[in-house]
Amino acid sequence: MATVSTSEFKNGLKLMMDGDPYTILENEFVKPGKGQAFNRVKLRNLKSGRVIERTFKSGETMETADVVDTDMQYLYNDGELWHFMVVETFDQYAADAAAVADAQKWLKEQDICQVTLYNGNPIGVSPPNFVELKIVETDPGVRGDTSGGGGKPATLETGAVVRVPLFIQTEEVIKVDTRTGEYVGRVK
Amino acid sequence: MEHLDWRPACSLQALADRARLNSGIRRFFAARGVMEVETPLLGSRTVTDPALSAFTTALHLPGKKEVCPLFLQTSPEFAMKRLLAAGSGSIYQLCKAFRNAESGRHHNPEFTLLEWYRVGFSLDDLITEVESLVAGLAPEDFDLNPPERLSYVDVFMRHLGLHPLDAGLDEFARVAIDRSLPEAGELCGQDRAVWLDLLFSYFVQPYLGQGRLTSVYDYPALLPSLACACPDDERFVERTEIFLAGIELGNGFRELQSSEEQQVRFQRDLSQRQAQGLPSVAMDERLLGALDHGLPECSGIAIGLDRLLMVFSNLESLSEVLAFPLARA
Repeated sequence: MATVSTSEFKNGLKLMMDGDPYTILENEFVKPGKGQAFNRVKLRNLKSGRVIERTFKSGETMETADVVDTDMQYLYNDGELWHFMVVETFDQYAADAAAVADAQKWLKEQDICQVTLYNGNPIGVSPPNFVELKIVETDPGVRGDTSGGGGKPATLETGAVVRVPLFIQTEEVIKVDTRTGEYVGRVK
Repeated sequence: MEHLDWRPACSLQALADRARLNSGIRRFFAARGVMEVETPLLGSRTVTDPALSAFTTALHLPGKKEVCPLFLQTSPEFAMKRLLAAGSGSIYQLCKAFRNAESGRHHNPEFTLLEWYRVGFSLDDLITEVESLVAGLAPEDFDLNPPERLSYVDVFMRHLGLHPLDAGLDEFARVAIDRSLPEAGELCGQDRAVWLDLLFSYFVQPYLGQGRLTSVYDYPALLPSLACACPDDERFVERTEIFLAGIELGNGFRELQSSEEQQVRFQRDLSQRQAQGLPSVAMDERLLGALDHGLPECSGIAIGLDRLLMVFSNLESLSEVLAFPLARA
């Protein structure tokens, strides 16, 4: 069981608090007057996703969390669990709906995702920043109609719905930024 | 492979701003007849304050087996008081100070202080001078409204609705819970001083110095300092802290003249160090000797110049105004 003290706190450090794994988002050293020093820390609960603020006495030690982010290839979904594989070792992991969360709508088989493991179990999945997905359904749109401006909705092969320019048609493959959910461009 | 961190952390503009700040400070004091002094960064004694940790080093002399332990100063206070007792008159110093175990956005272990002492000034007089200095140094485009002075009790009551000395610790705990700081109870326990520091820092300080210099005066005596007790209320001391943009820039007092009282405070610190398991340090007898001889009535203040520059430049961290913060030194 490794421990870490407040002087080692930095963004991205994973520690255990109240029985859950957290990651540090912000860490501020505070020393009022000429007295006791504190660390004012913003953390995200890696299981619930909730962001909280907590103050520690400077010098306090916390247990580190066994949390590792690993690149894994998305294999398939068996209806209940999403299966991933570490390409180098062939180790397979199964993530439940809570862990996959919003990443669900961007997962395409064989894409490399970042899977967060806590004590060896997937608790979070990050899709790649950009994905290339086929449009399975969208209105034809009117060629040359630029007055609309906002584009039109398109449903992708994964079920995600993205706004696309009017000239984009069904069956086309588009590139999407998964962080914003926005259409980036067409893929030839 | 390019070692990128050879470069300064701050911009070249920040270097120029600092140069301008320093010459502005020298012009200010020259016009007022305050003499610039230089005192050592290395000393054989350090402060007894349990909240301060000094860097240590040692002198090795050729042929001598024992090393002489030395400390880097946490502030030039003791040395400057020795000069005052020797008859220097009002003095100022721009120098580096070193505080171990303090590192963060507003803390670099090595930092720059402007510290000065005015013989015959009341703390009020000194605050007036601080206000003039800051107004004079502020860049033209920095929005600085007329300064304000508020008592500690006033700001505490205004922002927390509780009296710092009369309210019970359970009332502090309740307020902390209401303001989403439930861990305060465990952090502060039964120590009122820690409660005051935490509550002040989190719930009062962010409101101070917004668009103007705020000086808070008459601090509770239970918060450690070398200030004189207030003549009309012993529970408070003649101490001020100045704030700008929610950041503490300086700490000043009407200086303690009594050698006996100074010793009492040293002893109190040493007991606290022992209680907290901190290593003991020797008292600075030379300071006591100076006080025995007689420190003229004076008020003094120390201002963090890096922080002042940071605030004037509308920047968020010290590393943006330091040529080489510790990580790059």
